[in-house]
Amino acid sequence: MGYVIEMLNIRKEFPGIIANDNVTLQVKKGEIHALLGENGAGKSTLMSVLFGMYQPEAGVIKVNEREVKITNPNVANDLGIGMVHQHFKLVDVFTVTENIILGMEPTKGVHLDIHKAAKKIKELSDQYGLSVDPYALIQDISVGMQQRVEILKMLYRNADILIFDEPTAVLTPQEIHELMNIMRRLKTEGKSIVLITHKLKEIKAVADRCTVLRKGKYISTVEVKETPEHEMARLMVGREVSFKVDKSEAKPKETVLKITNLNVLDNRKLKAVENLCLDVRAGEIFGIAGIDGNGQKELVEAITGLRHIESGLIELNGVDITNLSIRKKTESGIGHIPEDRHKHGLVLDYNLGENMVLQTYYKEPFSTKGLLNKDDILANAERLIQEFDVRSGQGAVTPVRSMSGGNQQKAIIAREVDRSPSLLIASQPTRGLDVGAIEYIHSRLIEERDKGKAVLLISFELDEILNVSDRVGVIYEGTIVDVDQTANTNENQLGLLMAGSAKGGAKHA
Amino acid sequence: MHKIKTFLSVESNQNKIIPFLSVFLGFLIGAIVMIVSGFNPLEAYARLFEGAGLFGNVRRFGETLVLATSLSLTGLAVAFGMRTGLFNIGASGQLLMGGFCAVFIGITLDLPKIIHLPLAVSAAMLAGALWGMIPGLLKARFNVHEVVSSIMMNWIAVWSVYYFVPEFIKGKYDTESATIRNSASLRVDWLTDLFKGSSINLGIFIAIIAAIVVWWILEKTTFGFELKAVGLNKDAAKYAGIHVNRNIVLSMMISGALAGLAGATFYLGFTNNVKIGELPSLGFDGIAVALLGVNTPLGVVLSSLLFGVMNAGKGFMQAATRVPNELVQIIMAVIIFFAAATQLIRLIIKRILRVKNVPIQVTEPVIEEINGGEK
Repeated sequence: MGYVIEMLNIRKEFPGIIANDNVTLQVKKGEIHALLGENGAGKSTLMSVLFGMYQPEAGVIKVNEREVKITNPNVANDLGIGMVHQHFKLVDVFTVTENIILGMEPTKGVHLDIHKAAKKIKELSDQYGLSVDPYALIQDISVGMQQRVEILKMLYRNADILIFDEPTAVLTPQEIHELMNIMRRLKTEGKSIVLITHKLKEIKAVADRCTVLRKGKYISTVEVKETPEHEMARLMVGREVSFKVDKSEAKPKETVLKITNLNVLDNRKLKAVENLCLDVRAGEIFGIAGIDGNGQKELVEAITGLRHIESGLIELNGVDITNLSIRKKTESGIGHIPEDRHKHGLVLDYNLGENMVLQTYYKEPFSTKGLLNKDDILANAERLIQEFDVRSGQGAVTPVRSMSGGNQQKAIIAREVDRSPSLLIASQPTRGLDVGAIEYIHSRLIEERDKGKAVLLISFELDEILNVSDRVGVIYEGTIVDVDQTANTNENQLGLLMAGSAKGGAKHA
Repeated sequence: MHKIKTFLSVESNQNKIIPFLSVFLGFLIGAIVMIVSGFNPLEAYARLFEGAGLFGNVRRFGETLVLATSLSLTGLAVAFGMRTGLFNIGASGQLLMGGFCAVFIGITLDLPKIIHLPLAVSAAMLAGALWGMIPGLLKARFNVHEVVSSIMMNWIAVWSVYYFVPEFIKGKYDTESATIRNSASLRVDWLTDLFKGSSINLGIFIAIIAAIVVWWILEKTTFGFELKAVGLNKDAAKYAGIHVNRNIVLSMMISGALAGLAGATFYLGFTNNVKIGELPSLGFDGIAVALLGVNTPLGVVLSSLLFGVMNAGKGFMQAATRVPNELVQIIMAVIIFFAAATQLIRLIIKRILRVKNVPIQVTEPVIEEINGGEK
């Protein structure tokens, strides 16, 4: 069978880096082809080249064995290439149909013929088993459903080659499962799929072949069936990777954080956290497993003071801190590695030195009587750069915006750990980071535990919870449904609890 | 050449030269317009600068400084707001209220100068601060966008003055107030003599001190650290335990106080009375001044001087060369256009010098505010 897409010897340079260096990708008709690589390996660049958003400096692109020049995304669309972006491009207050036809509205004279479009969408939806309601508003449907709308958008435009950019990052395990089925269905209907991901499990589950990129270079293309997971990981990272985290047995001591009957509302004034009880002890890592949107964000914001608490009690080292201000809570010994490092964790246009004193700038030695001591602020940053191996171009005066994601995260961790809080809250601490940075951050969390700090880890990645935490609690619809020693549980059991079943068997450790 | 290239490849350096490049391009395009219309640009520019007193006429130079004084203060008001994430489009109203209060005190009270003048200036500052505080409070409490509320405040100021002036401090005509007492005037004999009878006044020292204080607050104090953090990333500021709402109110008050001071220099130093029914354009010009001065105190002072030169010299240019003084408006508009279109200039720098390493884009705050408002 021939190739639907051939990208031969593609080279794409950006100022200072070569994003794609002699990369070749060949996708067969009717296959699911995975594109595997760490962050910054050049996957997105390669797909942007295919989608016409960048022009390569060298190399040839062939679609259906004809050489083509893809100068912009419209050309790609005309060639039957469609892309499901990681961040959906949908209008919330429009219906599914309105979103799909946006830009190519069918008309009857000057009158918009929405029902004709809706009918076609319904047919497509049935054909591929997507079960999407054409008249539903985007804001009313789940994230997984929204993703299907994106898929329908491509099918409606007669795309034959579908690119999925990290499609599972926003999905629940169940939704991931369904997506895999949809992809298989698309394949049997004759579509070709490129799946961009760094998750090996998904590749194993659904892909036929896999092309591996590392640091902008083409490494190899392998048959997925014949290649074990650890081999693919080795190809991706360039060295043997240990998926297990080395750590000794936890020696938990007194309770540091105690939460009793906590109730918190979300932005829409709906209950996000409901009668939640939790305790974290010194010298242990407590992991909270759960699907995104089950109250994790609101829980963390309530503990740290960013969100109003309806009722309940939060005690830190036996002291009631429920309604203290954010600053008072920080001062009482809470360190917070926030979920969204760009939104909450850093002032991107401040330099590293200024960001390192974000919560302590008003204290000695960083300021005296309201005047900043620039020298002490910079010296502090230089010390942390050394200690935590933060890579930055110009040391303490580097604008944080110019640093890589991994180093930005290291900077936050350096700042939070250095304040030596008795409770360290790490919310999604490794999101979007590569394997090296993940290993580092995990070992830092364990180090803090071994120093006798209480660590609260919130993650949507079950592997991370299972590897790092000593005790694990599952959060479902704003309540901790079960708590157990990590050693006594497994992925299956947690997965079921996360999905809301087996609630009856809840027990408290 | 290589050194220039490396210098220009850093974004912060580009930001420094963009205003100068904009000015150069403004004059260049102005020259082209003149050539096309059959004038001699070199002569016109020489007359323009001569009219502004740059070639040794101290009286004319004094007038240039007077124009720059009030502009630099409204520029500082706008720039201070910008740096802290607020678009204070209400500087005109704050200036008018400040000026009105100063003039009111300057007419109704009879005190020795050493008390009268500081009192009048303080009143202007306080009134400006209060007029700025209202949009600040509305934003902090009810998330009302400051652009909308401060425009409203401009008109409330105009009509309040419209009512109060004839009611309490009516002058010779119905449309203006009486003249302030000499004891409340910012003009002093030694300055007037030094500049050979120009209307230059103590306001210039107020402007210089204000610029230094603003720089000091923003760069040296923990208060400035908080204000800028709120301006750059409100969520991170909140995360860091900074009172975001309090800082919004304080920032609007300081911005308003600066505009109020501009009112003091304008009404106590230049016009000596208040006219009714008009909104002074100084507050809006302050937006352009702040933009060209990239929202830094030094930049604002320099760009207000440019504005002063252009406005002071245009009449002389027209008289001497018959180049219509509207041409100065064209030049100013072109300068502001390029100062606002930083991305365009960056592109030109890239193309001409083939500088490659241009880091991440920054969006121009003014443009962002006008187009998008609240994120």
